Amino acid sequence: MAVTETGIAATPAHQRAALIGAAVALVLAVALFAGARFGLLLAIGLGFGIALEGLRFGFAGPWRAMILRRDPAGIFAQLVAIAIVSMGAIPLLASHPGELTGAHAPVGFAMLGGAFVFGAAMQVVLGCGSGTLVNAGSGNPVGLAALPFFAIGSFAGASHLVWWTDLGTAPVVVFRGAGGLVVTLALLAAVAGILWWRAAPENRKLPARRLWIAAIAVAVLALANLAVAGQPWGVVYGLGLWAAKGAVALGVDVTASPFWAAPGNADRLAASVLTDVTSLTNIGIIAGAALVAAWRGGLAQALPGYPARAWVCTIIAGFLLGYSSRLAFGCNVGAFFSGISTGSLHGWAWFAAAFAGAVLGVRLRPLSGLEARS
Amino acid sequence: MTRHLTAALAVAFIAAIVLADLLGGAVPNPYRAPAAVALGSGLASAGGHCAALPGN
Repeated sequence: MAVTETGIAATPAHQRAALIGAAVALVLAVALFAGARFGLLLAIGLGFGIALEGLRFGFAGPWRAMILRRDPAGIFAQLVAIAIVSMGAIPLLASHPGELTGAHAPVGFAMLGGAFVFGAAMQVVLGCGSGTLVNAGSGNPVGLAALPFFAIGSFAGASHLVWWTDLGTAPVVVFRGAGGLVVTLALLAAVAGILWWRAAPENRKLPARRLWIAAIAVAVLALANLAVAGQPWGVVYGLGLWAAKGAVALGVDVTASPFWAAPGNADRLAASVLTDVTSLTNIGIIAGAALVAAWRGGLAQALPGYPARAWVCTIIAGFLLGYSSRLAFGCNVGAFFSGISTGSLHGWAWFAAAFAGAVLGVRLRPLSGLEARS
Repeated sequence: MTRHLTAALAVAFIAAIVLADLLGGAVPNPYRAPAAVALGSGLASAGGHCAALPGN
């Protein structure tokens, strides 16, 4: 068996062929069993997982790099990806209003508070919405432990969403059409300018080629998600649906919640997860990240040891990630990435509130014990 | 222990969700599936999204 530069044994060719075969078989099985659209969505999810893990494109890590080292390269890549998607999505939403839906939501007190808490929690576990899925798939034990509690939190947050939004919510504001695209691109450029200004002098440089490739790949997949599903890329809804289905199986009457009793949500509770858009892309992200980790031989890494308080913090942070992202009308994917790229003002409000929360979260992380590996 | 264990648990987690769902009676019907691509289908998206208010 060959050994890579990192000292990890490379995966043999026949095992890599088996990984590709398994991924293709999975997509074909879902397409045949559930429908072509759902097979395509699983394939898009696999693509997200492969791009995010394979090219190490994330959200929590780059925000941490900016806060601690004033290194904006990773956030520049996020802004590039969002800009590319907005150039496709905003015109498409204008030309196909009956077929495509944007990630449009109102700004409100609970929305801002939720985004702040999400930003803090994602820095504690170093995993956002997509990051928790990728981390779990690649065998990161913290991501794996956070995932089920993320789902439970998402279910609970959705169940209480109406109460929270009743605290005060502004009308939905959307930047539409050519003018909306210009505003969105101008705001993205302004944020890039601020980051450049705030960057450490040695970090005032363009992102590495890997990040450009990752940004383009993620943007293409996000546009494919919009075209195939008719809605932008999201993560949190699917996780909450999984927990809601679990609650129903345990005999909980979820229809007591106005959210789960609403016709669309009640329909999705009764339908298969193999026909739910975000469930499929979430499954694909986990499987795609696992595929990349196995391909690289990264699964041979020994698991780190953490103190007990680290696991308690992971469970609490996982729950808060799910709960807060429902109040915030999305996580880094549904609100920040998809909200901004489809012209929603709430995406920008989410970004500001979550980044403020991330500043706090970076300071909380050492207290969690998650940096005390053995 | 290595990441083989935790990655396998993650894959088992999603497999368990899908299997439990199927055993619970939520079986998809490919003959009632929507068009492969929403764009150009003439039909509105019916998926759930975290940005949507209840009922949307």
